[in-house]
Amino acid sequence: MARTRAPERTLLPSDEPLSLLRKDGSPVDDSPLAMPDDDVLVELYRRMVVGRRFDTQATSLTKQGRLAVYPSSRGQEACEVGSVLALRPTDWLFPTYRDSVALVTRGVDPAETLTLLQGGWHLGYDPYEHRVGPQCTPLATNTLHAVGFAHAARLKGEDTAALVFVGDGATSEGDTHEALNFAGVWKAPVVFLVQNNGYAISVPMSKQNAAPSLAHKGIGYGVPSVLVDGNDVAAVYAVVREAVLSGGPTLIEALTYRIEAHTNADDATRYRTSDEVAAWLDRDPVDRLETYLTSRGLLDNARRAAITAEAEEFAASVRSKMNVDVEPSPDDLFEHVYASMPRHLREQATALREELA
Amino acid sequence: MSAVSMAGALNRALADSLADDPSVLVFGEDVGALGGVFRVTDGLAARFGEQRVFDTPLAESGIVGTAIGMAMNGLRPVVEMQFDAFAYPAFEQITSHLAKLRNRTRGRVSLPVVIRVPYGGGIGGVEHHCDSSEAYYTHTPGLRVVTPGTPDDAYRLLRDSIASPDPVIFLEPKRRYWAKGSLSTSGDPIGFDRALVRRAGRDVTLIAYGPMVVTALETAEAAAEEGWDVEVVDLRSLSPFDDETVCASVRRTGRAVVVHEASGFGGYGAEVVARVTERCFHHLHAPVLRVTGFDIPYPPPKLEEHHLPSVDRILDAIARLQWDDEVVGSYGA
Ligand SMILES: Cc1ncc(C[n+]2csc(CCOP(=O)(O)OP(=O)(O)O)c2C)c(N)n1
Repeated sequence: MARTRAPERTLLPSDEPLSLLRKDGSPVDDSPLAMPDDDVLVELYRRMVVGRRFDTQATSLTKQGRLAVYPSSRGQEACEVGSVLALRPTDWLFPTYRDSVALVTRGVDPAETLTLLQGGWHLGYDPYEHRVGPQCTPLATNTLHAVGFAHAARLKGEDTAALVFVGDGATSEGDTHEALNFAGVWKAPVVFLVQNNGYAISVPMSKQNAAPSLAHKGIGYGVPSVLVDGNDVAAVYAVVREAVLSGGPTLIEALTYRIEAHTNADDATRYRTSDEVAAWLDRDPVDRLETYLTSRGLLDNARRAAITAEAEEFAASVRSKMNVDVEPSPDDLFEHVYASMPRHLREQATALREELA
Repeated sequence: MSAVSMAGALNRALADSLADDPSVLVFGEDVGALGGVFRVTDGLAARFGEQRVFDTPLAESGIVGTAIGMAMNGLRPVVEMQFDAFAYPAFEQITSHLAKLRNRTRGRVSLPVVIRVPYGGGIGGVEHHCDSSEAYYTHTPGLRVVTPGTPDDAYRLLRDSIASPDPVIFLEPKRRYWAKGSLSTSGDPIGFDRALVRRAGRDVTLIAYGPMVVTALETAEAAAEEGWDVEVVDLRSLSPFDDETVCASVRRTGRAVVVHEASGFGGYGAEVVARVTERCFHHLHAPVLRVTGFDIPYPPPKLEEHHLPSVDRILDAIARLQWDDEVVGSYGA
């Protein structure tokens, strides 16, 4: 029987999550990962601070009725920011509903990022302008889009990798497994980043998965797999960067935690304890890097104040952009269903226009 | 003009599209060395190479989901689902993404993907190999759903489908794969979303598509012997629907029967009847009737002949249409 050749990169994830910074902000001495350059670290910090402020602003907008819903990624900034900054400009990002911070980190206008959640239209930004796929709501389906996209890039001779976000719950969906298998067989340049934030709405990991880790799921598909501390932005950046440059598929499980509820519509006290949340607050990704940067003399009070001010300004711009009433035109209903409007939709558009006249 | 089978015509269409446009890819299960279980992709991998025509892992959602990603990145995938009922694992990718991405992105993402689905019965296949799944797809806005009735249409419709900027569910009537007909590869495009009057007649319009086009034409011949002049309209495009051609025919004849293999309840024929009734009411001399498969899961091969619409059953329906001529006889509504 012919067997497929073993890939060159190791498949098994480590027992302990890879990290570069301990939770108290001190560096890990014997990490197999390379610490990012100083300017990269400062940039990671800056983007996490801005991203967090954006996130709290978006949560406030739901309270004001400006957004229909918002899934917060507070506590997951290291995953959102570390992975996106590890991409090259030519790479693509395939995000989920939770990854608005990743989108603004990629440079998407915050108002365009929030269009989906605002209810004005399903998508506000141009995917080709930012190389960001539409935020995906049906779980795990975006994994296959990323694999197809990356495989097409390979066929066209382009050096483009695709980074796709998946939640821990979404790893149970069939599409995740089909995508890992396709990626393994095609050796497609795809990075699967599982943000394991402990819960799929209310369902904990113990009811989701029986494998030693979610990263282990890559092994059976021949996809090299990495377990990383998802609250350590330096480590996330390093592993994603290496995965992007590898030219093949990688599965990365980032261990993190969702500090807020699933969305503003969810009551997290029904399924988790305040002690648990407190323990994770103690491992905050922003504080951790801040401590490290300060100890290294890379961040002083003036720089910190400047970054905080920038974040405030960003939040203010989000507020003013979102404080306008969006009035999509009913005519839009019939647009872009097909490349050109078929007769039956022209008739329905006319009927609606007459009804509204 | 040369005589070819429908499978051969489809093969020609794929080959010509691959040759004309380097962004066209053909992939799916067993489409490479084997040439597909119905041999529609025969010889394509050898001619165009493994980069353009290739076997995938066995996973329908994976095939359609990766095709979506490839189309986002500028390619034109033509994928094969091995049999109708085995396309269901891909249903989520088709309805949630393939059909909607253009609309969700307000026209920024175009998905020129063709999904070829061999469908329908009449080949003695075992269960799960004979479904008529058109109603699932036609109910989904954003998809084009087309189905050829003849080899010539098969060639032209598939060429048009591959060139289309919209995703197309291309339903191949598998019982007609081996029936031969003439094929002209040159000539004007047929108009991708136009129905066609295949046979002119004055008394009754038979509305058929895919596997039933040939049966409808046979019925028209038999009916002629009984003195009924039957017009046959081949829909070709199930969605969008060509009201113009269909309604013009029904207004001429004043009577219509819709024929399809799929179960009648909630079926595609109900849509056709509703549209014709809404638009041609004052021209109708009788209710528009349907002849369809029964409302049962597709039966085993030894019983399928009872399920599938036959010439006799369609003739019976035509007889019931002579309401005003009091020919209703023993046929109940
Ligand atoms: C196919 C599908 N099933 C169910 C849902 C409803 N749903 C939305 S989010 C969610 C939980 C997802 O959890 P996880 O993948 O861990 O991601 P997280 O929300 O924690 O980031 C569920 C069940 C969905 N969006 N898609």
